[in-house]
Amino acid sequence: MTKRHFSAVLFFVTPFGVLFALFYLVPIIYAVVQSLYTVERKGTFGPATEVFGGLVQYRQVFSDAPFWQSIERVLLFGVVQVPVMLGLALVFALLLDSGLVKGRRFFRLAFFLPYAVPGVVAAIMWGYLYSPNLSPFTAVTATADLLSPTLVLWAMANVVTWIYVGYNMLIIYSALLAVPTEIYEAAKIDGAGAFRTAWSIKIPMVLPAIVLTTVFSIIGTLQLLAEPQVFKSFSSAVSSTYTPNLTVLNASSIPNFHLAAAFSVVLALATFILSFTFLKFTQRKGVQ
Amino acid sequence: MAAFKLPKYAAMLVMAVFTLYFLTPLWWLFIASGKKDGQVTEGHALLPDNFALGENLSDLFRYNDGIFLRWMANSIAYTVGAAAIGTLLAGMCGYALAKYVFRGRELLFNIVLGGVLVPATALALPLFLMFSKVSLANTFWAVFLPSLVNPFGVYLGRIYAAASVPDELMEAARIDGSSEVRTFFTLSVRLMAPAFVTIFLFHFVAVWNNFMLPLIMLGNERLFPVTLGLYSWNTQVNQHPELRALVLVGAFVSLAPMVIAFLSLQRFWRSGLGAGSIK
Repeated sequence: MTKRHFSAVLFFVTPFGVLFALFYLVPIIYAVVQSLYTVERKGTFGPATEVFGGLVQYRQVFSDAPFWQSIERVLLFGVVQVPVMLGLALVFALLLDSGLVKGRRFFRLAFFLPYAVPGVVAAIMWGYLYSPNLSPFTAVTATADLLSPTLVLWAMANVVTWIYVGYNMLIIYSALLAVPTEIYEAAKIDGAGAFRTAWSIKIPMVLPAIVLTTVFSIIGTLQLLAEPQVFKSFSSAVSSTYTPNLTVLNASSIPNFHLAAAFSVVLALATFILSFTFLKFTQRKGVQ
Repeated sequence: MAAFKLPKYAAMLVMAVFTLYFLTPLWWLFIASGKKDGQVTEGHALLPDNFALGENLSDLFRYNDGIFLRWMANSIAYTVGAAAIGTLLAGMCGYALAKYVFRGRELLFNIVLGGVLVPATALALPLFLMFSKVSLANTFWAVFLPSLVNPFGVYLGRIYAAASVPDELMEAARIDGSSEVRTFFTLSVRLMAPAFVTIFLFHFVAVWNNFMLPLIMLGNERLFPVTLGLYSWNTQVNQHPELRALVLVGAFVSLAPMVIAFLSLQRFWRSGLGAGSIK
């Protein structure tokens, strides 16, 4: 059926293919090209001209201490926040699946609802809840300044966790529903309790779902933008280079588009490598 | 390990505590959006007293010639338009990848899959530079056109098409003289309907929540989606204190379309969400 359906395949693939090329591939190439140029001026006040600069921008990226601090910051954020979020999601999914919980429909919906809240809106809302002079929870905000330099990162981690736990829970839960029930019966006959079944059967069966949610979480963490951008209004501890994406925005508002493009390229590469490595690593461990 | 049993009440307690965690902030937002003049610390925090939601709503809708409603309309136009068209295109591409053998199929699939791993925010800046070149930055199209592309939708579309459209049925349609394209639109689309809804919802959420692209592209506030509009108000609260009440009630109102979409399409969420991870 290869040759006969060529025109049909072309019809199905072309519209997406063209848009994907225009708005995914071309921008990536364009960013790389832009990052290789630099602006030169003849004298201090002379006209600016764009000249090929080779890796000049990248040298600047690699020697840019705040940028690497921001990468470190989001990695630290991810190392703590992603396991907490996915751990909670897994526990809730297992509880929903265990038969111990009544009113599953309600809990599923209640936990999932925050996913309907855009990051910007969630950050504004939590920003109010954290602010000592605006928050209704004065008992908390009086004892710990959640917007201080030491705590604000974790205050944001809470916002991200709040949004995404339910979403990840649903993904894992629907993978659990797909597990054939005969397996559980066999485990029961062998005398396995609920914990044993969860640990030895359920979790291994839903590992692909956990891998998928982890990859998306890694990508999301490195791209952190809406929350810190909003939190700049609430906390002076959040600088304009607080996360890598804020650095990109900051460089493009100077404007230094060539440098901003180099930041974008490095960040995209780092994200791609990290998520790809994670995928390969888990595949080698025997997760399909 | 097997000896220990988790009692029912402990499981229910955990779920109840976290229900409070997930719902209390939203409830607070509802109560706060009814406070007069944005005095969020006046009166009870979690119970309505002197509830002035109606008044705040009419302030919100009147402020700056009804800019807020304009933002809501923009968000809906960006989101529903891009998600509807984007879902069809991604579904078609995924269908071709699943049901036809052609040269370069795996290469195409792998490139698209690579696209899933490329963060959308990394594209925002080069897209801005490209749209500036053709003088289309700061227009509706600058946000709308890039939002049409959804590589994850192609991935989901391929999985669903492989699982739900039998080869025999396509062959039968062929024998009846139906063209491939016609078969897709009359037969396969129907079989893939739950898939299309799932892809649509994922796409809808992604565009609705997208912040970096409009932030970089748009300078004209009449083109803002509601998220960018609320963000810009929130940054001006110190200079214009009257905006505080509007930010809160606006944030509350902005949640309505998403919540409605979620509740009405719940059935599909449940059946569809897991499919991305089943290979």
